[in-house]
Amino acid sequence: MSEAKPPARKLPALEPDTAFFWTSGADGVLRIQRCGDCGTWQHPPFPRCSSCGSEAVAPEPVSGKGRIASYTINREPWVPGLEVPFLYAAVELAEQKELYVFTNLLAPIDAARVDMPVSVTFEQHEDVWLPMFRPDETGGAA
Amino acid sequence: MTLHPEKLACITGAAQSEVGRPSSRTALQLTADACLAAIADAGLEVSDIDGIACYPGKSAEGGGIAPVSPSEAAAVLGIDPDWILASAEGFSHMAPIFNAITAIACGLARHVVVFRSVAQATARMASRSSTLMSGSRNRVEGNNAWTVPFNALSPINTFALYAQAYFEKYGANEEQLGMIAVNNRRNAAHNENAVYRKPLSLEDYLASRVISTPLRLFDCDSHIDGSTAIVVSHKDAAKDLKNPPLHIESMGMGVGGLWVGRYEGDFTSMPAAHKCGQMLWSRTDLKPADMDCAQIYDGFSIHVWMWMEALGLVPPGEACRFVEGGQRIALDGELPLNTGGGQLSAGRFHGYGHIHEATVQLWNRGGGRQVADAKTCIISNGGYGYGAMILRRD
Repeated sequence: MSEAKPPARKLPALEPDTAFFWTSGADGVLRIQRCGDCGTWQHPPFPRCSSCGSEAVAPEPVSGKGRIASYTINREPWVPGLEVPFLYAAVELAEQKELYVFTNLLAPIDAARVDMPVSVTFEQHEDVWLPMFRPDETGGAA
Repeated sequence: MTLHPEKLACITGAAQSEVGRPSSRTALQLTADACLAAIADAGLEVSDIDGIACYPGKSAEGGGIAPVSPSEAAAVLGIDPDWILASAEGFSHMAPIFNAITAIACGLARHVVVFRSVAQATARMASRSSTLMSGSRNRVEGNNAWTVPFNALSPINTFALYAQAYFEKYGANEEQLGMIAVNNRRNAAHNENAVYRKPLSLEDYLASRVISTPLRLFDCDSHIDGSTAIVVSHKDAAKDLKNPPLHIESMGMGVGGLWVGRYEGDFTSMPAAHKCGQMLWSRTDLKPADMDCAQIYDGFSIHVWMWMEALGLVPPGEACRFVEGGQRIALDGELPLNTGGGQLSAGRFHGYGHIHEATVQLWNRGGGRQVADAKTCIISNGGYGYGAMILRRD
């Protein structure tokens, strides 16, 4: 019995609070939710600001630059057809301390280091633009 | 005066079903096995039980992670409860216990049976594929949407981030981390219900395959079928029962943001677990040095280090050196750790194996793994949400 080959990636549903994040890369710009009242960035997005309670939260462009907060080389083929190894990482965006996004690091498998400067690039699948990150040769300062 | 409801409650009985990979018995049968044995262990009849609770309830999702509801268990056991609860939320897997304590303190129940059943080994026989990739929907929703599209298809990828950051910040190494698995296996040799009992050397650990750097196969806990149950009783109803009551000296909890994809700190600690530790110690005069043994959550080995630091058992960055060589965490060491084998060797009961093992030690049932004169035990539970308890015997 043969099973249908699963997709290379299972894509995120475009949910009301999160659709902007997954489609932001259509114009090559990463957007993160920010509070219009207190200026705090928050990710994942929520219907109100977790710092000040304001509902004046909206997507705002970010530099797309940051640093590797941590990373791992995944070697386990969790599903048939999954290409391993690959790099999975938490990126701390330059805009704010502990403002993290999860991603794949597009770099040689042994190149990842904590604190490595990175910048965003996008990979389109259907109506989703997945934010991926590459080593940033310019040094990563926002 | 601050009310500490846990001081009104005791653990009076505990038991485990058989543990299999897989078991020939259904999850509901295993649940009944464990609950009935725990009730008998307490010296109670089923008719004495007026409350029932479990983590997390019943769900078809998750590959056998939630196979039995408390209503089903009550029906099968013949319990007519005044109080019932299933909880997947909040302070980790200990939520049903803390809520049972609250119900007991409020007079809603006198004797509550709390169980945790899993059927993940059976589910794995049907499909070895990641449960995150299965299901009817083409797209991933909610919290998993932040990780699954990047092929982080197991929680190990998340906790590998913690391990890597910890290694780099504190100069820890794989020989130190490997001692968690080696120590657990050393203890599991004396636990007939542990699923892995064959000796594991540090060399075996270092030769095992890497799953997600720096974590290896033996850094992971294991799917099982089985059930663990405890009886939580009002202290006034615990006096004349079979076992010396195990006092719930204190409890602590922390929720944090991981359930909603919000990460705090620098990936070298679980900040909400530190909050849990602060709450735990604020409710007792006991100190970390008073603990005779520790049952520390090990969904992945790295959890143990972060939990030891969160609970103040060692200073930040010191857990790696504390476990090095394994002497200080051995059965005759300063702080005997995961004396039943933990989840790495005894299987994934989501912390209920740890709670059960605490009762084994405090009731002097450990046989070859007994910690001499154990009167206190600290227990922690959870990787995404956090609960902790101190149990004490007079």
